[in-house]
Amino acid sequence: MGKFEVMNWIALKMLMGNRAKYYAIVFGVSFAVMLMSQQAAIFAGLMRNMTSQIRDIQGADIWAMDPSVEFVDDLTPMDDQAVMEVRGVPGVAWAIKLYYGKARAQFQEGNFKQFIVLGIDDQTLVGAPTQMKLGSATDLRKPDGIILDENGYRYLFPGQPIQLGRVFEMNDRRAEIVGICKASPTFQTFPVSYTTYSRAVRYAAQERNTLSFVLAKSEDNRDPKEVCRRIEDQTGLTALPQDDFSWKTMSYYMRRTGIPVNFGITVLLGFIIGASIAGQTFYLFTIDNLKHFGTLKAMGVGNLRIVGMVMLQGSVVGVLGYAIGLGMASGFSDAMKWLLRDSGLPSADFMAWPIPLGTAAAAGLIVLASALFSLRRVLALEPASVFR
Amino acid sequence: MTVQSIAPATAASLARAVVCRGVTKDFGEGDTRVQALRGVNLDVLGGEMTLLVGESGCGKTTLISIVAGLLDPTAGEVTVLGQSLRGLRGRRLVQFRGQHIGFVFQQYNLLPALTAAENAAVPLIIAGRKRAEAVAKARTVLEAVGLASKVNSLPSQLSGGQQQRVAIARALVHEPKLLVCDEPTAALDAHSGQTVMQLLRRVAVQPGRAVIVVTHDNRVFGYGDRIVHMSDGAIERVEERTVAFSS
Repeated sequence: MGKFEVMNWIALKMLMGNRAKYYAIVFGVSFAVMLMSQQAAIFAGLMRNMTSQIRDIQGADIWAMDPSVEFVDDLTPMDDQAVMEVRGVPGVAWAIKLYYGKARAQFQEGNFKQFIVLGIDDQTLVGAPTQMKLGSATDLRKPDGIILDENGYRYLFPGQPIQLGRVFEMNDRRAEIVGICKASPTFQTFPVSYTTYSRAVRYAAQERNTLSFVLAKSEDNRDPKEVCRRIEDQTGLTALPQDDFSWKTMSYYMRRTGIPVNFGITVLLGFIIGASIAGQTFYLFTIDNLKHFGTLKAMGVGNLRIVGMVMLQGSVVGVLGYAIGLGMASGFSDAMKWLLRDSGLPSADFMAWPIPLGTAAAAGLIVLASALFSLRRVLALEPASVFR
Repeated sequence: MTVQSIAPATAASLARAVVCRGVTKDFGEGDTRVQALRGVNLDVLGGEMTLLVGESGCGKTTLISIVAGLLDPTAGEVTVLGQSLRGLRGRRLVQFRGQHIGFVFQQYNLLPALTAAENAAVPLIIAGRKRAEAVAKARTVLEAVGLASKVNSLPSQLSGGQQQRVAIARALVHEPKLLVCDEPTAALDAHSGQTVMQLLRRVAVQPGRAVIVVTHDNRVFGYGDRIVHMSDGAIERVEERTVAFSS
């Protein structure tokens, strides 16, 4: 064990020997990390839920729409002819119609509920749900068949067993549940139903135009962005790769709602409160130890080694606090999912990979700032002060 | 209570361990300037215990801080163990302190999370010795100061006198040539104070090692070979004694 390591051992003994302050510093960092990561995860989850229907549609990589559309729920129906125009664009392997809208369902008990209705291509069933809990996507070919998402089913029929064959009406037309699927949670928490395009337009309130989106697939070895540009040039529609449409939708909500600001404030509060608790306690811890640092200086420990000791103490509480905080956020998330498992209410958090990285950076900043603030006192300490 | 006589120091041990010439120290500037030391000349001999005594504020602590290389004099020359402190700066001065000077503080300054043996081992650890080796050596020194049964105790489990004995063990473990003690009995009751001073005489005062003790406790004056009386930043008089002390 080298000299430096042995001094590190002394630094750790000093840190962990003062248990009350040690726990308080770790708690401060943990609390900040938990609050920041948990709030950021809820924000990311909400953003993700806004684009659930875009991400759940598999197979197509291009979404073409009316140029006035700003996000997925901002519908400007197009003429059915649009799909033919997209099919005629070089680089497009295939294109199909997608109906996306909301319909009001009336149940036998007389109550009404709003649904998201996705009408997929009658022939190919492209865009059908990929994760079925009961039934299969091809059951949509049965008369009046719709597939309902599991969360929606639990919301509509709370506490009742999941079963097929339930019947209700939309726009005075009969609908029968022929499948239960897993779908990503939606922002507005409406149940999500899948049916064929032709049936979906009958369930919806009648409008002259009913085509919400054209889903297209670019040919192999073609860049979807390039194909999108061609679709736009040739048809006058807006065409976006799937990811870009998701980002456009999220961007709209971020620009036009107070969601990011409010979550940002909470994350900032977490940072400030955590930094205050951890920073202040770490500072007090260092002040408590000034006499000992002074003694070590007098006995022949140089400033550089003292800096190393304080930074090590900061790093240890930072890493521990970060791990505990992130664990607490994940535990909280899992607990919420477990508690909500039968309620039909989706949990809206999503620990996107930048969140642990961002909170790690924030925790590092808290610890670094605390350590540097404390070090000012330690470095300015005259060794002769041990005699005062 | 018995009385012991200290054998006269040998010629070799009388070598001057500390030489101060014309040492002054000012704090502050202009109207707020305070002159803490006014041209102090002092010789401290090896193999002896030198007491620096005087009223609070007379400059004793400032003087030992300068002698120990913890504070720079405003003017004057300080030579410690043949080395001019003016020629030592930064890391070299820190190393010099770590290797050659031992410290005993009024409030013991033990690290509360370390055991007695670990505390006593700190100077060896600073010097780069392996932890196990340093602690083993510290245990032997603790035995010498009568704390064999307390090596694994934390400072909070020790009395004030015992803590000061651990501090003495810590100051001696790396066998320094100069031991600087700042009011080592001030925080102790009379009996513990006597015990600590006896211990310093018995264990610390050795040929080739100089011991400087700052004190204003006149009950311990009898332990010093020389008593340097200070007043208002200057040495008033030096009293040489043939030491006899009770144990």
